[in-house]
Amino acid sequence: MIEVQQLTKRYGPTLAVSDISFEAKKGEILGFLGPNGAGKTTTMRILTGYLPPSEGTARVAGFDVVTEPLEVKRRVGYLPELPPVYTDMTVTEYLTFVAKIKGVPRGDVKKRVDEISEKCAVAHVRTRQIGKLSKGYRQRVGLAQAMIHNPEVLVLDEPTAGLDPKQIIETRELIRGMAGQRTVILSTHILPEVSKTCERVVVINAGRVVAEGKPEELTRRLQGFETVLVTAEGPAGAIKEKLERVGGVNLVEFQGEPDGRATFEVHAEKGRDVRAELARAVVESQWRLYELRASGMSLEDIFLKLTTQDLVEGHAASAAAEAPTSEPEQPSQ
Amino acid sequence: MRNILAIAGKEIQTYFTSPIAYLVLTIYAALCGFFFYSFVATYVVQMFRMMEMGQMAGQSPNINTWIVRPLFEGVLTVVLLLLLPLVTMRLFAEERKSGTIELLLTSPVTELQIILGKFLGALTLYIAILAVTFIDIGMLFFYGNPDAKPLIAQALGALLFGGALLSLGMWISSLTRNQIIAGAVSLAVFLLLYVFDWVTSYSSGPVGRVMSYMAFVTHFDNFSKGVIDSTDLVYYLSVIVLGIFLTSRSVEALKGRP
Repeated sequence: MIEVQQLTKRYGPTLAVSDISFEAKKGEILGFLGPNGAGKTTTMRILTGYLPPSEGTARVAGFDVVTEPLEVKRRVGYLPELPPVYTDMTVTEYLTFVAKIKGVPRGDVKKRVDEISEKCAVAHVRTRQIGKLSKGYRQRVGLAQAMIHNPEVLVLDEPTAGLDPKQIIETRELIRGMAGQRTVILSTHILPEVSKTCERVVVINAGRVVAEGKPEELTRRLQGFETVLVTAEGPAGAIKEKLERVGGVNLVEFQGEPDGRATFEVHAEKGRDVRAELARAVVESQWRLYELRASGMSLEDIFLKLTTQDLVEGHAASAAAEAPTSEPEQPSQ
Repeated sequence: MRNILAIAGKEIQTYFTSPIAYLVLTIYAALCGFFFYSFVATYVVQMFRMMEMGQMAGQSPNINTWIVRPLFEGVLTVVLLLLLPLVTMRLFAEERKSGTIELLLTSPVTELQIILGKFLGALTLYIAILAVTFIDIGMLFFYGNPDAKPLIAQALGALLFGGALLSLGMWISSLTRNQIIAGAVSLAVFLLLYVFDWVTSYSSGPVGRVMSYMAFVTHFDNFSKGVIDSTDLVYYLSVIVLGIFLTSRSVEALKGRP
Protein backbone atom coordinates (compact mmCIF):
# COMPACT_ATOMS: atom_id res chain seq x y z
CA MET A 1 0.00 0.00 0.00
CA ILE A 2 2.85 2.33 0.84
CA GLU A 3 6.26 1.89 -0.69
CA VAL A 4 9.05 4.28 0.11
CA GLN A 5 12.36 3.84 -1.62
CA GLN A 6 15.60 5.65 -0.93
CA LEU A 7 13.78 8.79 -0.03
CA THR A 8 15.91 11.84 0.58
CA LYS A 9 14.81 15.36 1.41
CA ARG A 10 17.07 18.37 1.68
CA TYR A 11 16.18 21.82 2.89
CA GLY A 12 19.00 23.76 1.35
CA PRO A 13 22.14 22.29 2.85
CA THR A 14 20.33 20.51 5.69
CA LEU A 15 19.50 16.89 5.19
CA ALA A 16 16.12 16.24 6.79
CA VAL A 17 15.62 12.71 5.54
CA SER A 18 18.36 10.58 4.12
CA ASP A 19 17.88 7.43 2.08
CA ILE A 20 14.82 6.10 3.88
CA SER A 21 13.15 2.94 2.59
CA PHE A 22 10.23 1.10 4.11
CA GLU A 23 6.84 -0.20 3.22
CA ALA A 24 3.47 -0.76 4.78
CA LYS A 25 1.06 -3.46 3.70
CA LYS A 26 -2.67 -3.04 3.32
CA GLY A 27 -4.42 -2.87 6.65
CA GLU A 28 -1.25 -2.55 8.63
CA ILE A 29 -0.64 -0.07 11.43
CA LEU A 30 2.89 1.19 11.15
CA GLY A 31 4.52 3.19 13.92
CA PHE A 32 7.03 5.84 13.12
CA LEU A 33 9.23 6.32 16.09
CA GLY A 34 11.96 8.83 16.59
CA PRO A 35 13.05 11.80 18.65
CA ASN A 36 11.90 15.29 17.75
CA GLY A 37 13.54 16.49 14.57
CA ALA A 38 14.32 12.99 13.33
CA GLY A 39 12.49 13.50 10.04
CA LYS A 40 9.15 11.92 10.87
CA THR A 41 7.05 14.91 9.85
CA THR A 42 9.06 15.46 6.69
CA THR A 43 8.54 11.85 5.63
CA MET A 44 4.84 12.09 6.33
CA ARG A 45 4.53 15.31 4.40
CA ILE A 46 6.16 13.66 1.43
CA LEU A 47 3.73 10.74 1.66
CA THR A 48 0.76 13.10 1.63
CA GLY A 49 2.02 14.98 -1.42
CA TYR A 50 2.64 18.17 0.52
CA LEU A 51 6.40 18.15 0.03
CA PRO A 52 8.22 16.93 -3.04
CA PRO A 53 11.12 14.57 -2.26
CA SER A 54 14.63 15.61 -3.31
CA GLU A 55 15.49 12.06 -4.33
CA GLY A 56 13.88 8.65 -4.26
CA THR A 57 10.30 7.61 -4.75
CA ALA A 58 7.23 7.23 -2.60
CA ARG A 59 4.15 5.41 -3.81
CA VAL A 60 0.79 5.26 -2.12
CA ALA A 61 -1.73 2.69 -3.34
CA GLY A 62 0.40 2.33 -6.45
CA PHE A 63 0.43 6.06 -7.28
CA ASP A 64 3.59 8.10 -7.24
CA VAL A 65 3.37 11.13 -4.96
CA VAL A 66 5.21 13.34 -7.45
CA THR A 67 3.64 12.39 -10.76
CA GLU A 68 0.10 11.61 -9.59
CA PRO A 69 -0.41 13.76 -6.52
CA LEU A 70 -4.18 14.12 -6.89
CA GLU A 71 -4.69 10.34 -6.95
CA VAL A 72 -2.54 10.03 -3.85
CA LYS A 73 -4.38 12.84 -2.06
CA ARG A 74 -7.74 11.22 -2.81
CA ARG A 75 -6.60 8.10 -0.97
CA VAL A 76 -4.77 9.62 1.95
CA GLY A 77 -6.19 11.19 5.08
CA TYR A 78 -3.69 13.36 6.89
CA LEU A 79 -3.65 14.75 10.38
CA PRO A 80 -0.72 17.14 10.78
CA GLU A 81 0.88 17.78 14.13
CA LEU A 82 -1.31 20.82 14.67
CA PRO A 83 -4.86 20.04 13.59
CA PRO A 84 -5.50 22.22 10.52
CA VAL A 85 -8.77 23.72 11.70
CA TYR A 86 -10.43 27.03 10.95
CA THR A 87 -11.03 28.37 14.42
CA ASP A 88 -13.95 30.60 13.47
CA MET A 89 -16.00 27.78 11.95
CA THR A 90 -18.23 25.38 13.82
CA VAL A 91 -17.34 21.70 13.78
CA THR A 92 -20.09 20.88 11.29
CA GLU A 93 -19.21 23.80 8.99
CA TYR A 94 -15.60 22.75 9.02
CA LEU A 95 -16.21 19.06 8.36
CA THR A 96 -18.67 19.94 5.59
CA PHE A 97 -16.06 22.13 3.92
CA VAL A 98 -13.40 19.44 4.21
CA ALA A 99 -15.79 16.79 2.85
CA LYS A 100 -16.40 18.96 -0.20
CA ILE A 101 -12.76 19.57 -1.04
CA LYS A 102 -11.86 15.94 -0.31
CA GLY A 103 -14.29 14.88 -3.01
CA VAL A 104 -17.07 13.27 -0.98
CA PRO A 105 -20.03 12.99 -3.40
CA ARG A 106 -22.43 15.90 -3.00
CA GLY A 107 -25.35 13.78 -1.78
CA ASP A 108 -23.26 11.98 0.84
CA VAL A 109 -21.66 15.02 2.49
CA LYS A 110 -24.21 15.44 5.25
CA LYS A 111 -24.34 11.73 6.02
CA ARG A 112 -20.55 11.43 6.14
CA VAL A 113 -20.24 14.47 8.42
CA ASP A 114 -22.78 12.96 10.82
CA GLU A 115 -21.14 9.54 10.76
CA ILE A 116 -17.65 10.80 11.35
CA SER A 117 -18.72 13.22 14.11
CA GLU A 118 -20.28 10.26 15.86
CA LYS A 119 -17.23 8.07 15.34
CA CYS A 120 -14.72 10.64 16.56
CA ALA A 121 -16.92 11.65 19.50
CA VAL A 122 -17.41 15.25 18.48
CA ALA A 123 -21.11 14.97 17.71
CA HIS A 124 -22.13 16.73 20.92
CA VAL A 125 -19.99 19.80 20.15
CA ARG A 126 -20.83 20.04 16.46
CA THR A 127 -22.44 23.46 16.70
CA ARG A 128 -19.58 24.95 18.72
CA GLN A 129 -16.90 27.12 17.22
CA ILE A 130 -13.68 25.15 16.88
CA GLY A 131 -11.68 28.02 18.39
CA LYS A 132 -13.62 27.58 21.60
CA LEU A 133 -12.93 23.85 21.90
CA SER A 134 -10.21 22.34 24.05
CA LYS A 135 -7.05 20.89 22.57
CA GLY A 136 -8.41 17.35 22.91
CA TYR A 137 -11.54 18.14 20.95
CA ARG A 138 -9.60 19.97 18.29
CA GLN A 139 -7.42 16.93 17.89
CA ARG A 140 -10.50 14.77 17.45
CA VAL A 141 -11.92 17.20 14.92
CA GLY A 142 -8.58 16.89 13.15
CA LEU A 143 -8.89 13.13 13.16
CA ALA A 144 -12.46 13.36 11.85
CA GLN A 145 -11.19 15.61 9.08
CA ALA A 146 -8.56 13.05 8.11
CA MET A 147 -11.08 10.22 7.88
CA ILE A 148 -14.00 12.05 6.31
CA HIS A 149 -13.43 10.81 2.76
CA ASN A 150 -12.92 7.23 3.91
CA PRO A 151 -9.30 7.08 2.80
CA GLU A 152 -7.40 3.84 2.31
CA VAL A 153 -4.37 5.31 3.99
CA LEU A 154 -4.24 7.42 7.13
CA VAL A 155 -1.18 9.43 8.00
CA LEU A 156 -1.30 10.69 11.56
CA ASP A 157 1.39 12.95 12.94
CA GLU A 158 1.41 12.51 16.71
CA PRO A 159 -2.30 11.78 16.98
CA THR A 160 -2.39 11.63 20.75
CA ALA A 161 -0.32 14.72 21.52
CA GLY A 162 -2.11 16.99 23.94
CA LEU A 163 -4.85 14.58 24.89
CA ASP A 164 -5.73 13.54 28.40
CA PRO A 165 -5.21 9.87 29.39
CA LYS A 166 -8.82 8.89 28.75
CA GLN A 167 -8.80 10.52 25.35
CA ILE A 168 -5.49 8.86 24.55
CA ILE A 169 -6.98 5.46 25.24
CA GLU A 170 -10.03 6.27 23.13
CA THR A 171 -7.92 7.51 20.26
CA ARG A 172 -5.74 4.41 20.38
CA GLU A 173 -8.81 2.23 20.31
CA LEU A 174 -10.14 4.15 17.36
CA ILE A 175 -6.86 3.65 15.50
CA ARG A 176 -6.55 -0.01 16.46
CA GLY A 177 -10.12 -0.53 15.28
CA MET A 178 -9.02 0.45 11.79
CA ALA A 179 -6.49 -2.36 11.54
CA GLY A 180 -7.26 -4.59 8.61
CA GLN A 181 -9.36 -2.01 6.78
CA ARG A 182 -7.00 0.90 6.47
CA THR A 183 -3.30 1.34 6.35
CA VAL A 184 -2.27 3.66 9.13
CA ILE A 185 1.06 5.36 9.61
CA LEU A 186 1.39 7.18 12.87
CA SER A 187 4.34 9.00 14.25
CA THR A 188 5.14 9.46 17.86
CA HIS A 189 7.96 10.00 20.26
CA ILE A 190 5.96 8.43 23.04
CA LEU A 191 7.03 4.85 23.32
CA PRO A 192 4.20 2.98 24.98
CA GLU A 193 2.05 4.29 22.19
CA VAL A 194 3.94 2.20 19.71
CA SER A 195 3.72 -1.06 21.61
CA LYS A 196 0.04 -0.41 22.27
CA THR A 197 -1.16 0.51 18.82
CA CYS A 198 1.30 -0.54 16.16
CA GLU A 199 1.91 -3.85 14.51
CA ARG A 200 5.22 -2.76 13.11
CA VAL A 201 7.67 -0.04 14.00
CA VAL A 202 10.16 1.95 11.98
CA VAL A 203 12.61 3.75 14.20
CA ILE A 204 14.24 6.74 12.60
CA ASN A 205 16.90 9.02 13.91
CA ALA A 206 18.68 11.93 12.26
CA GLY A 207 16.84 11.21 9.02
CA ARG A 208 17.79 7.53 8.79
CA VAL A 209 16.02 4.29 9.53
CA VAL A 210 17.88 2.70 12.44
CA ALA A 211 15.61 -0.25 13.11
CA GLU A 212 12.47 -1.84 11.80
CA GLY A 213 10.26 -4.68 12.98
CA LYS A 214 7.50 -5.74 15.33
CA PRO A 215 7.71 -4.06 18.72
CA GLU A 216 8.42 -7.36 20.48
CA GLU A 217 10.95 -8.38 17.85
CA LEU A 218 12.79 -5.14 18.38
CA THR A 219 12.86 -5.75 22.09
CA ARG A 220 14.09 -9.28 21.59
CA ARG A 221 16.76 -8.35 19.10
CA LEU A 222 18.15 -5.51 21.08
CA GLN A 223 17.90 -6.78 24.55
CA GLY A 224 21.42 -7.33 25.72
CA PHE A 225 20.97 -8.25 29.34
CA GLU A 226 19.08 -10.64 31.48
CA THR A 227 18.84 -8.43 34.47
CA VAL A 228 17.23 -9.32 37.77
CA LEU A 229 16.66 -7.01 40.67
CA VAL A 230 16.95 -8.63 44.09
CA THR A 231 15.98 -6.93 47.35
CA ALA A 232 16.74 -8.72 50.60
CA GLU A 233 17.30 -7.94 54.27
CA GLY A 234 20.63 -9.02 55.66
CA PRO A 235 24.35 -8.20 55.57
CA ALA A 236 24.90 -6.64 52.16
CA GLY A 237 28.44 -7.96 51.65
CA ALA A 238 27.46 -11.53 52.44
CA ILE A 239 24.42 -11.43 50.23
CA LYS A 240 26.47 -10.10 47.37
CA GLU A 241 28.99 -12.91 47.74
CA LYS A 242 26.30 -15.52 47.90
CA LEU A 243 24.55 -14.20 44.81
CA GLU A 244 27.80 -14.12 42.89
CA ARG A 245 28.29 -17.81 43.56
CA VAL A 246 24.96 -18.77 41.95
CA GLY A 247 25.57 -20.61 38.68
CA GLY A 248 25.14 -18.46 35.56
CA VAL A 249 25.57 -15.14 37.29
CA ASN A 250 28.16 -12.88 35.70
CA LEU A 251 27.95 -9.78 37.76
CA VAL A 252 26.25 -8.49 40.88
CA GLU A 253 25.98 -4.77 41.49
CA PHE A 254 25.06 -3.37 44.86
CA GLN A 255 22.46 -0.70 44.35
CA GLY A 256 21.88 0.69 47.83
CA GLU A 257 20.43 -0.10 51.18
CA PRO A 258 17.49 2.13 52.07
CA ASP A 259 15.72 1.06 55.30
CA GLY A 260 18.04 -1.89 55.84
CA ARG A 261 17.02 -3.69 52.68
CA ALA A 262 19.81 -4.18 50.21
CA THR A 263 19.07 -4.09 46.50
CA PHE A 264 21.28 -5.77 43.93
CA GLU A 265 21.22 -5.83 40.19
CA VAL A 266 22.18 -9.26 38.97
CA HIS A 267 23.37 -9.79 35.40
CA ALA A 268 23.14 -13.36 34.25
CA GLU A 269 24.48 -15.31 31.31
CA LYS A 270 22.62 -15.12 28.03
CA GLY A 271 19.70 -17.47 27.87
CA ARG A 272 19.71 -18.47 31.52
CA ASP A 273 16.91 -17.74 33.88
CA VAL A 274 18.58 -17.58 37.26
CA ARG A 275 15.64 -16.25 39.24
CA ALA A 276 14.76 -19.53 40.97
CA GLU A 277 18.35 -20.15 42.06
CA LEU A 278 18.74 -16.61 43.30
CA ALA A 279 15.63 -16.97 45.43
CA ARG A 280 16.87 -20.26 46.87
CA ALA A 281 20.28 -18.80 47.64
CA VAL A 282 18.80 -15.93 49.63
CA VAL A 283 16.25 -17.97 51.50
CA GLU A 284 18.69 -20.82 52.32
CA SER A 285 20.88 -18.31 54.12
CA GLN A 286 17.95 -17.22 56.30
CA TRP A 287 17.85 -13.73 54.85
CA ARG A 288 14.52 -12.21 54.07
CA LEU A 289 13.71 -11.88 50.41
CA TYR A 290 11.50 -8.87 49.67
CA GLU A 291 11.60 -8.60 45.97
CA LEU A 292 12.90 -10.48 42.97
CA ARG A 293 12.06 -9.00 39.64
CA ALA A 294 13.30 -9.38 36.10
CA SER A 295 14.01 -5.95 34.73
CA GLY A 296 13.97 -6.38 31.01
CA MET A 297 14.92 -3.69 28.65
CA SER A 298 11.96 -1.47 28.01
CA LEU A 299 11.19 0.21 24.74
CA GLU A 300 12.48 3.38 26.32
CA ASP A 301 15.90 1.83 26.80
CA ILE A 302 15.93 0.45 23.30
CA PHE A 303 14.85 3.76 21.90
CA LEU A 304 17.58 5.56 23.76
CA LYS A 305 20.11 2.97 22.63
CA LEU A 306 19.00 3.22 19.03
CA THR A 307 19.00 6.94 18.89
CA THR A 308 22.29 7.47 20.63
CA GLN A 309 24.66 8.60 17.96
CA ASP A 310 27.38 5.92 18.28
CA LEU A 311 24.80 3.22 17.86
CA VAL A 312 23.50 4.57 14.61
CA GLU A 313 26.49 3.13 12.81
CA GLY A 314 26.21 -0.38 14.14
CA HIS A 315 23.77 -0.98 16.90
CA ALA A 316 23.79 -4.74 16.37
CA ALA A 317 27.53 -5.04 16.83
CA SER A 318 27.76 -2.90 19.92
CA ALA A 319 24.70 -4.50 21.47
CA ALA A 320 26.29 -7.90 21.01
CA ALA A 321 29.63 -6.77 22.40
CA GLU A 322 28.30 -5.48 25.67
CA ALA A 323 25.65 -8.15 26.04
CA PRO A 324 26.74 -11.54 27.13
CA THR A 325 23.24 -12.66 28.09
CA SER A 326 19.69 -13.49 27.77
CA GLU A 327 16.09 -14.39 27.03
CA PRO A 328 13.78 -11.67 25.80
CA GLU A 329 11.58 -9.71 28.09
CA GLN A 330 8.35 -8.18 27.03
CA PRO A 331 8.51 -4.42 27.08
CA SER A 332 7.26 -3.16 30.35
CA GLN A 333 3.69 -2.15 29.79
CA MET B 1 -15.46 23.80 -10.54
CA ARG B 2 -17.01 22.23 -7.48
CA ASN B 3 -13.71 22.59 -5.64
CA ILE B 4 -13.39 26.24 -6.64
CA LEU B 5 -16.90 26.95 -5.41
CA ALA B 6 -16.31 25.07 -2.16
CA ILE B 7 -13.24 27.19 -1.44
CA ALA B 8 -14.95 30.41 -2.56
CA GLY B 9 -17.87 29.55 -0.30
CA LYS B 10 -15.53 29.03 2.62
CA GLU B 11 -13.89 32.41 2.01
CA ILE B 12 -17.23 34.20 1.83
CA GLN B 13 -18.33 32.46 4.99
CA THR B 14 -15.14 33.54 6.74
CA TYR B 15 -15.64 37.15 5.65
CA PHE B 16 -19.20 37.27 6.84
CA THR B 17 -18.83 35.35 10.09
CA SER B 18 -15.91 37.53 11.11
CA PRO B 19 -16.20 41.31 11.45
CA ILE B 20 -14.11 41.94 8.30
CA ALA B 21 -16.99 42.12 5.84
CA TYR B 22 -19.13 44.33 8.06
CA LEU B 23 -16.24 46.61 8.89
CA VAL B 24 -15.24 47.09 5.28
CA LEU B 25 -18.83 47.56 4.14
CA THR B 26 -19.54 50.07 6.90
CA ILE B 27 -16.43 52.13 6.24
CA TYR B 28 -17.14 52.11 2.55
CA ALA B 29 -20.82 53.00 2.97
CA ALA B 30 -19.92 55.91 5.25
CA LEU B 31 -17.19 57.32 3.01
CA CYS B 32 -19.07 56.77 -0.19
CA GLY B 33 -22.25 58.18 1.31
CA PHE B 34 -20.47 61.32 2.44
CA PHE B 35 -18.95 61.98 -0.98
CA PHE B 36 -22.21 61.20 -2.68
CA TYR B 37 -23.99 63.73 -0.50
CA SER B 38 -21.30 66.35 -1.24
CA PHE B 39 -21.58 65.81 -4.97
CA VAL B 40 -25.35 66.04 -4.87
CA ALA B 41 -25.15 69.22 -2.79
CA THR B 42 -22.63 70.77 -5.18
CA TYR B 43 -24.85 69.80 -8.07
CA VAL B 44 -27.87 71.45 -6.51
CA VAL B 45 -25.93 74.65 -5.76
CA GLN B 46 -24.67 74.70 -9.31
CA MET B 47 -28.17 74.23 -10.64
CA PHE B 48 -29.53 77.18 -8.66
CA ARG B 49 -26.65 79.33 -9.80
CA MET B 50 -27.36 78.52 -13.43
CA MET B 51 -31.05 79.22 -12.90
CA GLU B 52 -30.24 82.63 -11.42
CA MET B 53 -28.09 83.47 -14.38
CA GLY B 54 -30.86 82.30 -16.70
CA GLN B 55 -28.70 79.79 -18.52
CA MET B 56 -30.93 76.81 -17.98
CA ALA B 57 -32.91 76.99 -21.18
CA GLY B 58 -35.18 74.28 -19.88
CA GLN B 59 -32.26 71.94 -19.32
CA SER B 60 -30.63 70.93 -16.07
CA PRO B 61 -26.93 70.13 -15.83
CA ASN B 62 -26.03 66.53 -16.55
CA ILE B 63 -26.34 64.30 -13.51
CA ASN B 64 -23.92 61.75 -14.93
CA THR B 65 -21.16 64.30 -15.37
CA TRP B 66 -21.76 66.05 -12.08
CA ILE B 67 -22.41 63.19 -9.71
CA VAL B 68 -21.94 59.69 -11.08
CA ARG B 69 -18.64 60.19 -12.84
CA PRO B 70 -16.80 61.91 -9.97
CA LEU B 71 -18.09 59.18 -7.71
CA PHE B 72 -16.29 56.54 -9.75
CA GLU B 73 -13.32 58.56 -10.86
CA GLY B 74 -12.35 60.22 -7.64
CA VAL B 75 -13.91 58.31 -4.81
CA LEU B 76 -14.27 54.67 -5.69
CA THR B 77 -10.67 54.26 -6.81
CA VAL B 78 -9.13 56.02 -3.81
CA VAL B 79 -11.33 54.38 -1.21
CA LEU B 80 -10.68 50.98 -2.73
CA LEU B 81 -6.93 51.47 -2.54
CA LEU B 82 -7.30 51.85 1.19
CA LEU B 83 -9.93 49.19 1.81
CA LEU B 84 -9.01 46.30 -0.44
CA PRO B 85 -5.81 45.45 1.48
CA LEU B 86 -8.16 44.65 4.38
CA VAL B 87 -9.91 42.16 2.15
CA THR B 88 -6.87 40.48 0.62
CA MET B 89 -4.35 40.48 3.45
CA ARG B 90 -5.77 37.39 5.11
CA LEU B 91 -6.29 35.26 1.99
CA PHE B 92 -3.10 33.22 2.25
CA ALA B 93 -1.25 34.74 5.21
CA GLU B 94 -3.91 33.47 7.61
CA GLU B 95 -3.84 29.94 6.18
CA ARG B 96 -0.08 29.87 6.41
CA LYS B 97 -0.06 31.07 9.98
CA SER B 98 -2.70 28.65 11.24
CA GLY B 99 -1.34 25.70 9.26
CA THR B 100 -4.59 25.18 7.39
CA ILE B 101 -2.69 25.67 4.15
CA GLU B 102 -1.48 22.12 4.81
CA LEU B 103 -5.08 20.91 4.69
CA LEU B 104 -5.70 22.63 1.36
CA LEU B 105 -2.45 21.42 -0.17
CA THR B 106 -2.98 17.82 0.90
CA SER B 107 -6.55 17.74 -0.42
CA PRO B 108 -7.30 16.48 -3.90
CA VAL B 109 -7.61 19.98 -5.32
CA THR B 110 -5.13 21.71 -7.61
CA GLU B 111 -3.32 24.85 -6.55
CA LEU B 112 -5.07 26.79 -9.29
CA GLN B 113 -8.44 25.72 -7.88
CA ILE B 114 -7.41 26.95 -4.44
CA ILE B 115 -6.26 30.29 -5.86
CA LEU B 116 -9.30 30.80 -8.07
CA GLY B 117 -11.60 29.87 -5.19
CA LYS B 118 -10.00 32.43 -2.94
CA PHE B 119 -10.03 35.07 -5.66
CA LEU B 120 -13.70 34.43 -6.33
CA GLY B 121 -14.47 34.67 -2.61
CA ALA B 122 -12.71 38.03 -2.30
CA LEU B 123 -14.38 39.22 -5.51
CA THR B 124 -17.78 38.41 -4.06
CA LEU B 125 -17.14 40.61 -1.04
CA TYR B 126 -15.93 43.30 -3.42
CA ILE B 127 -19.15 43.06 -5.44
CA ALA B 128 -21.05 43.59 -2.20
CA ILE B 129 -18.96 46.73 -1.65
CA LEU B 130 -19.73 47.94 -5.15
CA ALA B 131 -23.42 47.32 -4.55
CA VAL B 132 -23.30 50.03 -1.89
CA THR B 133 -22.25 52.57 -4.54
CA PHE B 134 -25.09 51.45 -6.73
CA ILE B 135 -27.61 51.91 -3.95
CA ASP B 136 -26.49 55.56 -3.77
CA ILE B 137 -26.66 55.93 -7.52
CA GLY B 138 -30.02 54.18 -7.61
CA MET B 139 -31.48 57.01 -5.55
CA LEU B 140 -30.67 59.41 -8.37
CA PHE B 141 -33.19 57.60 -10.52
CA PHE B 142 -35.96 58.51 -8.09
CA TYR B 143 -35.23 62.22 -8.10
CA GLY B 144 -33.75 62.82 -11.51
CA ASN B 145 -33.25 61.09 -14.78
CA PRO B 146 -29.60 60.14 -15.19
CA ASP B 147 -28.46 58.13 -18.19
CA ALA B 148 -28.31 54.43 -17.32
CA LYS B 149 -26.07 53.29 -20.15
CA PRO B 150 -22.72 54.68 -18.88
CA LEU B 151 -23.39 52.79 -15.65
CA ILE B 152 -22.74 49.50 -17.42
CA ALA B 153 -19.26 50.60 -18.40
CA GLN B 154 -18.67 52.11 -14.98
CA ALA B 155 -19.73 48.91 -13.21
CA LEU B 156 -17.59 46.76 -15.49
CA GLY B 157 -14.64 49.11 -15.02
CA ALA B 158 -15.02 49.10 -11.26
CA LEU B 159 -15.20 45.31 -11.25
CA LEU B 160 -12.03 44.98 -13.31
CA PHE B 161 -10.19 47.68 -11.39
CA GLY B 162 -11.00 46.05 -8.07
CA GLY B 163 -10.36 42.57 -9.44
CA ALA B 164 -6.87 43.60 -10.50
CA LEU B 165 -6.13 45.00 -7.04
CA LEU B 166 -7.53 41.87 -5.39
CA SER B 167 -5.39 39.66 -7.57
CA LEU B 168 -2.22 41.54 -6.68
CA GLY B 169 -3.21 41.72 -3.03
CA MET B 170 -3.75 37.97 -2.99
CA TRP B 171 -0.24 37.44 -4.34
CA ILE B 172 1.25 39.71 -1.68
CA SER B 173 -0.70 37.79 0.97
CA SER B 174 0.83 34.53 -0.22
CA LEU B 175 4.33 35.85 0.39
CA THR B 176 4.09 36.09 4.16
CA ARG B 177 2.42 34.45 7.11
CA ASN B 178 1.89 37.81 8.79
CA GLN B 179 -1.37 39.53 7.88
CA ILE B 180 -0.18 42.97 9.00
CA ILE B 181 2.82 42.78 6.68
CA ALA B 182 0.61 41.59 3.84
CA GLY B 183 -1.80 44.46 4.45
CA ALA B 184 0.89 47.14 4.73
CA VAL B 185 2.77 45.99 1.64
CA SER B 186 -0.47 45.77 -0.35
CA LEU B 187 -1.38 49.30 0.69
CA ALA B 188 2.04 50.59 -0.36
CA VAL B 189 1.89 48.80 -3.70
CA PHE B 190 -1.66 50.00 -4.40
CA LEU B 191 -0.70 53.59 -3.62
CA LEU B 192 2.34 53.36 -5.88
CA LEU B 193 0.15 52.04 -8.66
CA TYR B 194 -2.19 54.96 -8.09
CA VAL B 195 0.46 57.66 -8.40
CA PHE B 196 2.31 55.89 -11.16
CA ASP B 197 0.74 57.97 -13.93
CA TRP B 198 2.28 61.13 -12.50
CA VAL B 199 5.40 59.97 -14.30
CA THR B 200 3.70 60.90 -17.56
CA SER B 201 3.53 64.53 -16.53
CA TYR B 202 7.29 64.97 -16.66
CA SER B 203 8.59 62.25 -18.97
CA SER B 204 7.68 62.33 -22.63
CA GLY B 205 8.61 60.30 -25.67
CA PRO B 206 8.41 56.52 -25.92
CA VAL B 207 9.32 55.98 -22.26
CA GLY B 208 6.53 58.24 -21.16
CA ARG B 209 4.08 56.50 -23.43
CA VAL B 210 5.01 53.07 -22.11
CA MET B 211 4.79 54.36 -18.57
CA SER B 212 1.40 55.88 -19.16
CA TYR B 213 0.17 52.67 -20.67
CA MET B 214 1.32 50.82 -17.59
CA ALA B 215 -0.22 53.33 -15.20
CA PHE B 216 -2.95 51.65 -13.25
CA VAL B 217 -5.53 54.36 -12.79
CA THR B 218 -5.41 55.97 -16.24
CA HIS B 219 -7.05 52.85 -17.63
CA PHE B 220 -10.03 53.56 -15.46
CA ASP B 221 -10.65 56.98 -17.06
CA ASN B 222 -12.52 55.65 -20.06
CA PHE B 223 -14.66 53.38 -17.94
CA SER B 224 -15.64 56.21 -15.64
CA LYS B 225 -16.64 58.28 -18.68
CA GLY B 226 -18.88 55.38 -19.70
CA VAL B 227 -16.66 54.13 -22.50
CA ILE B 228 -15.51 50.51 -22.84
CA ASP B 229 -12.16 50.42 -24.62
CA SER B 230 -10.59 47.04 -25.36
CA THR B 231 -7.16 48.41 -24.38
CA ASP B 232 -8.35 49.01 -20.84
CA LEU B 233 -10.16 45.70 -20.75
CA VAL B 234 -7.03 43.83 -21.80
CA TYR B 235 -4.92 45.80 -19.36
CA TYR B 236 -6.96 44.92 -16.27
CA LEU B 237 -7.53 41.34 -17.33
CA SER B 238 -3.77 40.98 -17.82
CA VAL B 239 -3.11 42.31 -14.34
CA ILE B 240 -5.64 39.83 -12.90
CA VAL B 241 -3.99 36.94 -14.74
CA LEU B 242 -0.56 38.14 -13.68
CA GLY B 243 -1.62 38.25 -10.03
CA ILE B 244 -3.06 34.74 -10.23
CA PHE B 245 0.07 33.46 -11.96
CA LEU B 246 2.39 35.02 -9.37
CA THR B 247 0.25 33.58 -6.58
CA SER B 248 0.49 30.12 -8.11
CA ARG B 249 4.29 30.42 -8.24
CA SER B 250 4.36 31.51 -4.66
CA VAL B 251 2.04 28.71 -3.49
CA GLU B 252 4.15 26.23 -5.42
CA ALA B 253 7.18 27.48 -3.51
CA LEU B 254 5.35 27.07 -0.20
CA LYS B 255 5.48 23.36 -0.65
CA GLY B 256 8.94 22.35 0.22
CA ARG B 257 9.20 24.68 3.18
CA PRO B 258 9.44 23.01 6.55
